[in-house]
Amino acid sequence: MSERTAEAATRLPQVQEETGYADHPPRMGFFTDTSVCIGCKACEVACKEWNQLPADDPLEFTGMSFDNTGQLSASTWRHVAFIEQRKPMRAPTGAGDDGAGDLRLLMASDVCKHCTDAACLDVCPTGSLLRTEFGTVVVQEDVCNGCGYCVSACPYGVLDKRERDGRVWKCTLCYDRLVDDLTPACAKACPTESIQYGPLDELLERAAARVRDLHEDGVTDARLYGHDPADGVRGNGAFFLLLDRPEVYGLPPAPMDTTRDLPSIWRHAAAAALTLAAGVAAAFALERR
Amino acid sequence: MAVTRYARREHATPFRRGGPETAKIGSVPFGGGSALRPPAVTVRIRPVAEGGGEIMGLRGLLGRWPVVRQLTGPDRHGLGVAVRSPRTDTLRGRVATADRVVKSICPYCAVGCGQNVYVSGGEVVQIEGDPDSPISRGRLCPKGSATLQLTTGDARERMVLYRRPYGTEWEPLELETAMEMVAERVVRTRRATWQEHHQGKRVARTLGIASLGGATLDNEENYLIKKLMTGLGVVQVENQARVCHSSTVTGLGTSFGRGGSTTFLQDLQHSDCIVIEGSNFAEAHPVGYQWVVEAKLRGATIIHVDPRFSRTSAMADLYVPIRAGTDIAFLGAIVNHVLSEGKDFREYVLNYTNAATIVNDDYKDTEDLDGVFSGFDPETRGYDVTTWHYKGPEVQAASGHRIRIGEYHTPGRGESHGSGGAPVTRLPESDPTLTHPRCVYQILKRHFARYTPALVEETCGIPPELFARVCDAVTSNSGRDRTTAFAYAVGWTQHTVGTQYIRTASILQSLLGNIGRPGGGIMALRGHASIQGSSDIPTLYNLLPGYIPMPFAHTDENLDTFVDVVSTHKGFWADARHYVVSLLKAYYGGAATPDNEFCFGHLPRLTGTHSTYDTVMAQLAGECKGMFLFGENPAVGHANAALQRKGMANLEWLVVRDLSLIESATWWKDGREIRTGEMRTADIGTEVFFFPAASHTEKSGTFTNTNRLLQWHHAAVEPAGDRRSDLWFVYHLGRKIRERLAGSTDPADRPILDLTWDYPEEGELREPSADAVLREVNGYGPGGRLLGGYTELRGDGSTSCGCWIYCGVFADGVNQAARRRPHTEQSWVSPEWGWAWPMNRRTLYNRASADPDGRPWSERKAYVWWDAEQGRWTGHDIPDFVDDRPPDYRPPDDASGVDALSGIDPFIMQGDGKAWLFAPAGLMDGPLPTHYEPQDTPCENPLYRAHRSNPARLLYSHPGNLYHPPGNEVYPYVVTTYRLTEHFTAGGMSRWLPYLAELQPEMFCEVSPQLADERLLEHGGWATIVTARGAIEARVMVTDRVPPLRMNGRVIHQIGLPYHWGPNGLTIGDPANELTSIVLDPNADIQESKATTADIQPGRRPRGPGLVRLVETFRRRAGIGERTGLEV
Repeated sequence: MSERTAEAATRLPQVQEETGYADHPPRMGFFTDTSVCIGCKACEVACKEWNQLPADDPLEFTGMSFDNTGQLSASTWRHVAFIEQRKPMRAPTGAGDDGAGDLRLLMASDVCKHCTDAACLDVCPTGSLLRTEFGTVVVQEDVCNGCGYCVSACPYGVLDKRERDGRVWKCTLCYDRLVDDLTPACAKACPTESIQYGPLDELLERAAARVRDLHEDGVTDARLYGHDPADGVRGNGAFFLLLDRPEVYGLPPAPMDTTRDLPSIWRHAAAAALTLAAGVAAAFALERR
Repeated sequence: MAVTRYARREHATPFRRGGPETAKIGSVPFGGGSALRPPAVTVRIRPVAEGGGEIMGLRGLLGRWPVVRQLTGPDRHGLGVAVRSPRTDTLRGRVATADRVVKSICPYCAVGCGQNVYVSGGEVVQIEGDPDSPISRGRLCPKGSATLQLTTGDARERMVLYRRPYGTEWEPLELETAMEMVAERVVRTRRATWQEHHQGKRVARTLGIASLGGATLDNEENYLIKKLMTGLGVVQVENQARVCHSSTVTGLGTSFGRGGSTTFLQDLQHSDCIVIEGSNFAEAHPVGYQWVVEAKLRGATIIHVDPRFSRTSAMADLYVPIRAGTDIAFLGAIVNHVLSEGKDFREYVLNYTNAATIVNDDYKDTEDLDGVFSGFDPETRGYDVTTWHYKGPEVQAASGHRIRIGEYHTPGRGESHGSGGAPVTRLPESDPTLTHPRCVYQILKRHFARYTPALVEETCGIPPELFARVCDAVTSNSGRDRTTAFAYAVGWTQHTVGTQYIRTASILQSLLGNIGRPGGGIMALRGHASIQGSSDIPTLYNLLPGYIPMPFAHTDENLDTFVDVVSTHKGFWADARHYVVSLLKAYYGGAATPDNEFCFGHLPRLTGTHSTYDTVMAQLAGECKGMFLFGENPAVGHANAALQRKGMANLEWLVVRDLSLIESATWWKDGREIRTGEMRTADIGTEVFFFPAASHTEKSGTFTNTNRLLQWHHAAVEPAGDRRSDLWFVYHLGRKIRERLAGSTDPADRPILDLTWDYPEEGELREPSADAVLREVNGYGPGGRLLGGYTELRGDGSTSCGCWIYCGVFADGVNQAARRRPHTEQSWVSPEWGWAWPMNRRTLYNRASADPDGRPWSERKAYVWWDAEQGRWTGHDIPDFVDDRPPDYRPPDDASGVDALSGIDPFIMQGDGKAWLFAPAGLMDGPLPTHYEPQDTPCENPLYRAHRSNPARLLYSHPGNLYHPPGNEVYPYVVTTYRLTEHFTAGGMSRWLPYLAELQPEMFCEVSPQLADERLLEHGGWATIVTARGAIEARVMVTDRVPPLRMNGRVIHQIGLPYHWGPNGLTIGDPANELTSIVLDPNADIQESKATTADIQPGRRPRGPGLVRLVETFRRRAGIGERTGLEV
């Protein structure tokens, strides 16, 4: 597991410089340690209360364990997933685990990942999507025209249009709190510090230590997700400690910046166009002859 | 909602053009007193990269165009600096721009999280956790996080509503008129139902009026309710504490001398093992659970014993499924394991418990009498407890103080051990070798000898290997160097043997030496913001403030006999006279003189139980005619909800005070009985007054949390419309009643006219001063000096004190409950945050954290110790002991009171200074816990064939309260109820809130896949659950989290039901309490709502009259009659 730990300590790119912030605070973000999540959903409510988001309709039982929220949406910027499994928390030690002993309930609070390579940002034609001085990604509600390009661009399905309103909404990482040095609402409320907010470099170190502790305690399933600058989005500003594979939590196992291939696509398109133009020109030239 | 989405600040933009700098905004006008500090507001100012701004005009204008910024600045892709809108540049949160921040306390559960209430323009704009709080450290659960919606949302009623008798709709009514009408009803009903004598004894009371509720209110409000009602002669005063934790008071009180949690939440971090049993800790008290997580991160073993694998189990190292209603068998078997393996902490046990004390020769155990203790009378179904007493000389003390056990044991008296033990034999015989066959230790050994792992498997459904792991964890984490804590809630209290559940844990923790020590103890998790307070300053029928019992007509004829019966000879409860007289002085002021026994005769007398369930029976019988509801919702939250509504339908008048129109306010219009045709609105004569209540942000006062900690919350804004505090309501109602009775010469009116009722009024709303009420509670000495503690109280009338255990909350004239020194600036015990009773001690009985010589048991577990040089006890906490009493002090035989406490008597409220493994007095159903089956059970009692259930349980035979035949196949499944994180109690403070409603939008039931197969239940579909009392429908959750239990080859299925729902509010559903019955613990009058039986069928329940027929069909199949289930 030492490779994983080494990975975890890797620094994430300070994206602020790429977007014109010469001098800026360290890149801030979330570390969500699902191994201490108690599924209380304080994050969901604190987020809605701070951001004054509408409640979701309809009021209907989903049957998905304790989860009746279902997914992140324009009106839900934190979502706690519940997964009931027949699987022991620790690797079997031989001592009599029986019946209910192998039952576990995984809980994880999902949120916008504030990607290093944020496709939503790239595709936004209005400049509504913005990289802030904290390295987070926000939708400027006074600019968004609701075109929805970002909705399809997001590799995690985070962005969503609020139909009654016409605009796209997502987690702002409480930008309006960060400017006053206040902790985002969800992280502040979290009773067990499952959601931690801070400079990403510090969070990564803490996360690596936590994985190490859990492994030593026999919880060999513990792993980080979204922490790796070498992944398809060059790492996330909101990363997670998970106790199973990401897809178990409904997270894409290998997220990819959907605009990553755009330059190459454009290059090919340009080459094709040039070739075509050259062919046409050549045809005319040959004709005259 | 009157909240602006983003408040902006004009002049302080976080994104200014200029050089790199950081500005500290110190000018944000935070107010609310010098103790309040503004949060450190640091604004980072971004440096200029694109070099613009110095030339205004056209270039400036152009410079704001994003395209120009993109082309000329460093953000060439237009993803950051270049595309920032002016709004983004000036964005500020409404917390940073608020006019002031007001310190408050969360109004939901009893963890007592600190809240910062932000006010802008006279409106509350945000409520967040207070990072300074040592309990919550700034965190809030979803309910706490939704308090802005609770207090400012549109679900709250604003104006008084009136339903005239036989009326079909609400009508508006002026607040003032409504108050006058209620005052008139009270005076009229009181007069019409006045009882001067009952069965030949003077009782001076009315049974025509009842009051219910108080656990969600402030202590000051509870104090005034009890004071006014007592003045009126109303004895049927009750609150949620009855139905939630009354058995905690009797269980812990008889064991240790005080009825509150022995420890405090933050101390759990020091536990080496935490056993959570009978509690859904993580869901019901999420922010308190951070201390369990803290312990786990430090390496502690967490065990959860529960019928359901819940969010609490998810974090546990060991989950142990158990059949609901069998915890005594489980805990008793651990006791047996400890005793038979010799794993008790012998030095602790010998010195600090009554293990060596010899019991009366006439005592016979359940093991001798096949299921009953000596003294049982099958006719009365009660015990003569005299044979349970210690063996010793029956000495008549010089003071005339004698033991009157027979007289002492009257219904409801067990709760008076909330802060004072039961009287015991002085100087009993003892055997320090613990070998005497009649010493407590040997009796205990014999009593629990049959509680084996095999019995646990047969009774609880727990496999022996799993049981062994629990035993190992608990015993290996107890001793000199390690401590284990138990945490429980209503999963233990709400049983016919609820008190004895808690007694079993008390015995176990005493044997393991875990009481009074860091990381040890028994954590009673309370579920309402001030339910501890509404027990301490009780709105309970059997108690006066400070756990002084209400006098009984038959025994307590005068002050002397009363004090004689209730107090102990030794310890601080020997001074009961000081406490009683000081209370009478607080109540009756100048009218209370030595010549008239300080108006002791003004107190109304009890003649039996007058619990809220007895009140329902009195309503059905037409005896109780008027009722007040203060923030309690019995139509959903009490056992046998249908009977609650039918009782209310028989009232002449009903006053409901709440935030929203709860079910208990609207049953006459849209209750289940109206829908089934059992009742017709036009036939119901009950006059209903609805008064909208003020929220916690609109009034000042104290809540007492689950740590016995009083925390003052400051009013942030004034209530709008007709909304008023309960303090306002009770004070002005009392004023109006007294005006109506002024000049009366009727002796029955003397008590109400003699009450001191002159509180300063504040503001336009004429709000009585909560501060003044708390001062009265604290008490005054000669010259109006505020007292510093209860040792200053005197029995000669020179002191007054509204609640002796709260004496000291205003020490030095300072509101100690309002202290808010941040936890980061003091020790982990945080003694300067709020004020805990008694005397600000945080861990009770902490003398026991040191060995008999006064040294810490180990360095790791040092807490309080004897400082020989100073000649005082000292340590991390305030010593819960006589300050300067040396460990080697042994009192002379003729010593009494506090002087009689030896240096090794850590349990200073007990009559013998010891923790009670065996309770020689104080309990109605046995000195030791015994496994009895619940009233409704699918199983035999494997221990005692002759007595399946607690023979002393209180049964209520009524056609609307039928019981199941034991082991009946018509109702084959065990049902238990529970709380969800997302909702609160009977739903009055959660089902109306959109943010909470959406998280748990529908009533559901949890069943195992095996049960789903057996009954053809479909996940996500509907099921109907039926008992002899009623039927409900719920969405089906098929889950492995409710495992079927295998008990000697037999499989028992359990059904889990959250109990939050009712037909009103945003999210609606059937109440689980339609299913439960009224059958009570004889010590505490608490109902058995945590274990019953039922059948479950696929599909929705019938609507209309079909529902009644369905329930009847099942009853007929089971052959149920009014005598069913009444076996002794």
